[in-house]
Amino acid sequence: MKLAIECCGLRKTYEGKVEALRGLDLEIREGECFGLLGPNGAGKTTAIEILEGLLKPTSGEVRILGHNWQNDARELREWLGISLQETRLADKLTVRETIELFASFYRQPRPTKEVLTELGLAEKSDAWVGRLSGGQRQRLAVATALVANPRILFLDEPTTGLDPQSRRQLWEIIREFQGHGGTVLLTTHYMDEAERLCDRLAIIDYGQIIAAGTPAELINRLGGQHVVEFAVSGNSHETSKGGTQQELWRVLPGVESVRSDDGLVCLTVRQPHVTIPALLEVVSQQGAKLLHLTTRQASLEDVFVRLTGRHLREES
Amino acid sequence: MSAPLRTDEANGAAAAGAECGIPAGGAGRRAVAKQNGRWSAYRHLLLARTKEMQREPEVIFWVFLFPLLLAFGLGIAFRSRPASAPSVAIAAGPGANAVLDMAQRPPQSLRAQIVPEAEALNGFRLGRYDLVIILASSGPDKGGPGSGAIEYRYDPARPESVLARVQADDVLQSAAGRANPLRTSAQASSEPGARYIDFLIPGLVGMNLMNSGMWGVGFALVDYRQRKLLKRYVATPMRRSDFLLALTSSRLVLMIIELALLLGFGIFVFHMRVVGSWLGIVLLGALGAAAFAGLGLLTASRAQKIETVSGLINLVMMPMWVFSGVFFSYERFPAVVHPLIRALPLTALNDALRATILEGAPLAAQAGRLAVLVIWTAVSFLLALSWFRWT
Repeated sequence: MKLAIECCGLRKTYEGKVEALRGLDLEIREGECFGLLGPNGAGKTTAIEILEGLLKPTSGEVRILGHNWQNDARELREWLGISLQETRLADKLTVRETIELFASFYRQPRPTKEVLTELGLAEKSDAWVGRLSGGQRQRLAVATALVANPRILFLDEPTTGLDPQSRRQLWEIIREFQGHGGTVLLTTHYMDEAERLCDRLAIIDYGQIIAAGTPAELINRLGGQHVVEFAVSGNSHETSKGGTQQELWRVLPGVESVRSDDGLVCLTVRQPHVTIPALLEVVSQQGAKLLHLTTRQASLEDVFVRLTGRHLREES
Repeated sequence: MSAPLRTDEANGAAAAGAECGIPAGGAGRRAVAKQNGRWSAYRHLLLARTKEMQREPEVIFWVFLFPLLLAFGLGIAFRSRPASAPSVAIAAGPGANAVLDMAQRPPQSLRAQIVPEAEALNGFRLGRYDLVIILASSGPDKGGPGSGAIEYRYDPARPESVLARVQADDVLQSAAGRANPLRTSAQASSEPGARYIDFLIPGLVGMNLMNSGMWGVGFALVDYRQRKLLKRYVATPMRRSDFLLALTSSRLVLMIIELALLLGFGIFVFHMRVVGSWLGIVLLGALGAAAFAGLGLLTASRAQKIETVSGLINLVMMPMWVFSGVFFSYERFPAVVHPLIRALPLTALNDALRATILEGAPLAAQAGRLAVLVIWTAVSFLLALSWFRWT
């Protein structure tokens, strides 16, 4: 399998103090959709902009399709389609004019009309960019990347701030690009997006990769595939002892890990049908009342919280 | 390629494949419409910039309409007209009527009237009268309009007052029987070329080239930078030089229109006469546009915010508004600073435009001014390119 993107030992220090990246290694294969996940400020954008050749790393190496930025920048630019975070394209140009402008930068672009149709912008081709909705603008930003007929598509938080329908439209577009053999590297802080789109992903926190693999592998690493969430009443004074309370749940059969989250207790378990009856018994022994009980499949969000103790979209 | 194919992807691939023929091999890139040539990016950037400006109502107003309004307003306010007859107050008193009678004899070059002395002096102070004539109490009734009997009250700092004194004295002395030893005649002559509007229009052309160059390049660049559009552009294979070239040459297109509008306005509305060659004027305009595009580029080379660059642009333009002889000649400033003033790009442009338009001076005779413009252009472009921040 050929590698589309590889980098090793990437470090980036801003103004000699802020360490945005602290040694990043990645190998992304041709034809796969790879996700960089992490909370705001984790270093996702720094990482993707170094790979895109827009930022110089303080140290470390980057190879894109076997070339490096020092020697082959111009060739590489022909092969990459890039959508930056929050680019505001010229308001007073129409959608078609914008795509044609970007197409003119490449030696062999795709036909503007085809790209417009593919991204569902054909009806809007004569509308000014300033009059588009958020979702349409984001699709246009991706269109300016796709018109390049790229081999690799870089998307930095492509769906942030979009409504669910627009997000799903973009997912379709990304899948179709991948279906034609393209490689995708995207950053996101939406776990569901990463789970659905990415073949493999890496979770970044404080400038380092803290876990990498397919979504399923990462979830398996939690130990259990299920999460049981519940809340009990009548023993609030006991909860203040914290540790002992958590220990109580930890020893229940089948429990892999325990954490408390916003008033709820979350258990990662292998087999809910073993854990839940034992849980109910403990609750009734204590004379407490169960206020809430749900079970669900473990998600990447659980992986993230388990690894970092924080939620993804929390302000750090 | 072992990317997991989902059914919807397979369908998409089939549909797109049917439309555009063979997939372009290895990495599965799709067939392409055309090959772009070397200048395709430049042409599209220039076209896009031109369209953007056309669609910006502010640009139309400030670049095209505002200078015309300014020319029209100032042209009307300072239009050439016969100097009006001085207004003279004769202080009421014995003999006032006799003086009034003498002052009103043909060719009636004074507007004289009798008013009480206090009112006359007050009116003079307020500028209503240019001159006050006060008769001594031993007035002309006794000794005739004779020696020392008439006192002129005038203000040496007011040109019209000085003129009124000379004119009144002349009229009264002639009326009293002074003989002129020399026979003279006068011929009126008001040729286009010496009027204020003739001075003004080339200055406005220069100022307009400065304004639109600084804003059109400087402001646009920082706006692009703030929108992260510059960063997006350099993420493509676009040549950076093509981008800057397109931005600069978009100014040349606009320059031709600005020049034609203002000069056309001068010619048709104020009957201005263009003596010099049009080719020379257009070349000067191009050089001026280039100089201010360079200065705009330099001003915008690092600024991250529109607010910052607006202040900077005004700071750069302010001295030139004042010193470069747009509305009045810089000869009014002390001679010591003239060399400094002449080193400003707008001064060089204005002087060269006036010399060419009004006097028909060939460009070859203005090497100094051209050199000033070329040096400003070259230096600001070079500095701007080494400082320029794309991200």
